[in-house]
Amino acid sequence: MLATATERQGFAGGMFASMRGATGPLIGLIVLCLFLTFASDKFLSIRNFLNVLDQITVLGIMAVGMTMVILIGGIDLAVGSVMALAMMVLGYLNVVAGVPMWIAIPLALLVASLNGLIAGLLITRFNVPAFIATLAMMSIARGLANMITDGQQIIGFPAWFNTMAIVRFGGFLTLTVAVMLVVFAVGLLYQRYRHGGRVLYAIGGNAEVARLAGINVQRATVLVYVVCSFLAGLSGMVLAARLDSVQPSSGVSYELDAIAAVVIGGTSLSGGTGGIGGTIIGVLIIGILRNGLNLLSVSPFMQQVIIGGVIVLAVTAETYRKRK
Amino acid sequence: MTTQSPILSLRGIQKSYGPIRVLHGVDLDIYPGEVVALLGENGAGKSTLSNIISGTVQPSAGEMTWLGAAYAPANPRAAMDDGVGMIHQELKLLPKLSIAENVFVGRYPMKAGRVDRRAMGERARSGLKRLGLEISPDRLVEGLSTGKQQLIEIARALTLNARLLILDEPTAALGGEETQLLFQQIERLKADGVGIIYISHRLEEIRQIADRVVVMRDGAKVQEFDSGDVPIRTIVEAMVGRSLERMFPALPTPREGVTLEVRDLTSPTKAFRNISFSVRKGEVFGIAGLMGAGRTELVRAITGADPISAGEILLYGKAVTPRSPIDAIRNGMVLVPEDRKLQGVVLNHSIAENIGYANLGAIARNGWVSSRRLQQFADECIRKFGVKGRGHQNAGELSGGNQQKVVLAKWLARKPQVVVLDEPTRGIDVGARSSIYDLIMDLARQGVAVIVVSSDLEEVLGVSNRIMVMAQGRQTGILDREDANDVSVMELATI
Repeated sequence: MLATATERQGFAGGMFASMRGATGPLIGLIVLCLFLTFASDKFLSIRNFLNVLDQITVLGIMAVGMTMVILIGGIDLAVGSVMALAMMVLGYLNVVAGVPMWIAIPLALLVASLNGLIAGLLITRFNVPAFIATLAMMSIARGLANMITDGQQIIGFPAWFNTMAIVRFGGFLTLTVAVMLVVFAVGLLYQRYRHGGRVLYAIGGNAEVARLAGINVQRATVLVYVVCSFLAGLSGMVLAARLDSVQPSSGVSYELDAIAAVVIGGTSLSGGTGGIGGTIIGVLIIGILRNGLNLLSVSPFMQQVIIGGVIVLAVTAETYRKRK
Repeated sequence: MTTQSPILSLRGIQKSYGPIRVLHGVDLDIYPGEVVALLGENGAGKSTLSNIISGTVQPSAGEMTWLGAAYAPANPRAAMDDGVGMIHQELKLLPKLSIAENVFVGRYPMKAGRVDRRAMGERARSGLKRLGLEISPDRLVEGLSTGKQQLIEIARALTLNARLLILDEPTAALGGEETQLLFQQIERLKADGVGIIYISHRLEEIRQIADRVVVMRDGAKVQEFDSGDVPIRTIVEAMVGRSLERMFPALPTPREGVTLEVRDLTSPTKAFRNISFSVRKGEVFGIAGLMGAGRTELVRAITGADPISAGEILLYGKAVTPRSPIDAIRNGMVLVPEDRKLQGVVLNHSIAENIGYANLGAIARNGWVSSRRLQQFADECIRKFGVKGRGHQNAGELSGGNQQKVVLAKWLARKPQVVVLDEPTRGIDVGARSSIYDLIMDLARQGVAVIVVSSDLEEVLGVSNRIMVMAQGRQTGILDREDANDVSVMELATI
């Protein structure tokens, strides 16, 4: 009797392993929502919730890629710059060169992915630390983004592009939010149930154990950086649609927001534990916090202070819980 | 045996973690100038007891007396200041710092408010010399052999002028010569009146070094011998609490037909050169040698973990020289590596995940890994290979023997042709060892070619059909079971 009880518990533990370490952040999210419900009468409404979803699309998509990088014990500082580069490539191709959107968007995503490929190869073939490799790519991508128009913004996308971020289909979802939800779902399923996703945990847990277990650590690592850069490019497409324009100064310090969301969501910077489930909660915490603080008319400067405090709180709470 | 008063007395020491009591009231006296061997299986409470003495862990109940005064160190530093030196089983050195800095880390010799680097170097040099180590203290620790690193840890404790030294498996990674050097040093320390607690799984050593033997089992002291000259069998029986029928299981007879052939294998670093041998179907092939003989490098190369610069490997007559672990694994050649914790298992992941990492291909359907199938696969392995634990438990919570079984289980599920075990029982207690030997024999019986590398001479002799001996990267001979004994192997190992 006792044995079957523990067995069942163990099985359930396995089922929710992707959420492991995310129970703390989830409680934090619920507490935050409860607090804002009482503090502001505008907070608890479907309209406001849909607003929050619109506001977190860019961060949400980017953070999924960052989670995979951090899961294998890496880091990607280039995502903000890569996003800007992808946006400028899109603007140049479509508005300046007159390439139709259905070709311009894939090409912009390809350029973004190439950044990840270079970073990944630097890390695996030339043993450059991930921090340095992506720091270099951050600078290179930002410079290239600026070179395209000599720092100028580009406007003049086709009219339907902006409606992707504005029109709520069925009165509910904008296309950009739908893109984010698809990325979340695919990311969650991949990480939890795909061969390639499970392997990331092994690499982050101990790369040498993974290599000796017959896992192609180098290929998986390159792939993760490519996916992370691809998703940074995709978040750039979403931002371009939201702004209906592109400028090379977009996305400065977005990499830090993405890292913050991942860490708040319970993924350890040393790799091997956590996951996209937690990151989604982390993204929601940041999004709802910003939304709530705006509703309460807290100054943007004070908001920065509060978000810093939340990062500290989330990580210390998690560390404390683990020690117990 | 001595009329002096003890350096350290323990009375009724207990320790509980939550509801689990791991020490049940231990009494122990350590006198100046004696070596007390503390023996017991893993989990018997030896480490907890030594952690209590060295201030790493606080006892739940009981009293300690140090040189006649009450003793309750709040942390390792306090214990060190009182004169307790502890040398841990796992090396605790900083690889990127010099030997001298490692010896003096945290208590650098100072002069006029600055670290006196010259004094530090000199004192480190003399400390190394006392242990017969002729290396420059300015050298980085990184790249030194495990045996040398161990001796540096001991040098660190010596410079502390410790009155009591706790050595936790000091010889686990030492070769014969280094072990003898350590024993000479221990004799010198004894003459200086230092008390020594000596923890080891190598029971042959105890007779040589111990003045007293204390055997622990399940958190209690079960037997004490007033001399180190106790038959090994008696000690083992006290440790496991039952009488042992045999130490090694019977060897199956190898079958006809060569499974693995290694021809003129050479490493790019020259760690081994021109190695040639073959292993038959169902044969256990032992590889013996001293530290640094190139055994680990050789077997890592055979399983694709390290590069090869010349030579080839044939499986059933077909060239399969692997370029990566993946190559080797595809051909059914797997490695159970030397260092379980760094190379064998991911400690903070579950047993099921650890088993899964090597078998995702078999568990997944079209690339999809379901939790249920992973769990079922792991449970099957756990049951089949007798791992004591449940699938969701972290590998880090298991004993060394069970971690090793997890590593074995993850490979055996793939039904390999060649299984290479590097130091399969290092740091594993006696009871668990025999179940690993049983697993090895099962493999041989099923027709698998097994290679066992071991520094434990008795072990290689006990489990191998044939033994290849290596010295300084060369193979110095291959002995049949009938011709192999400690003398013949050691002769070849020291050529």
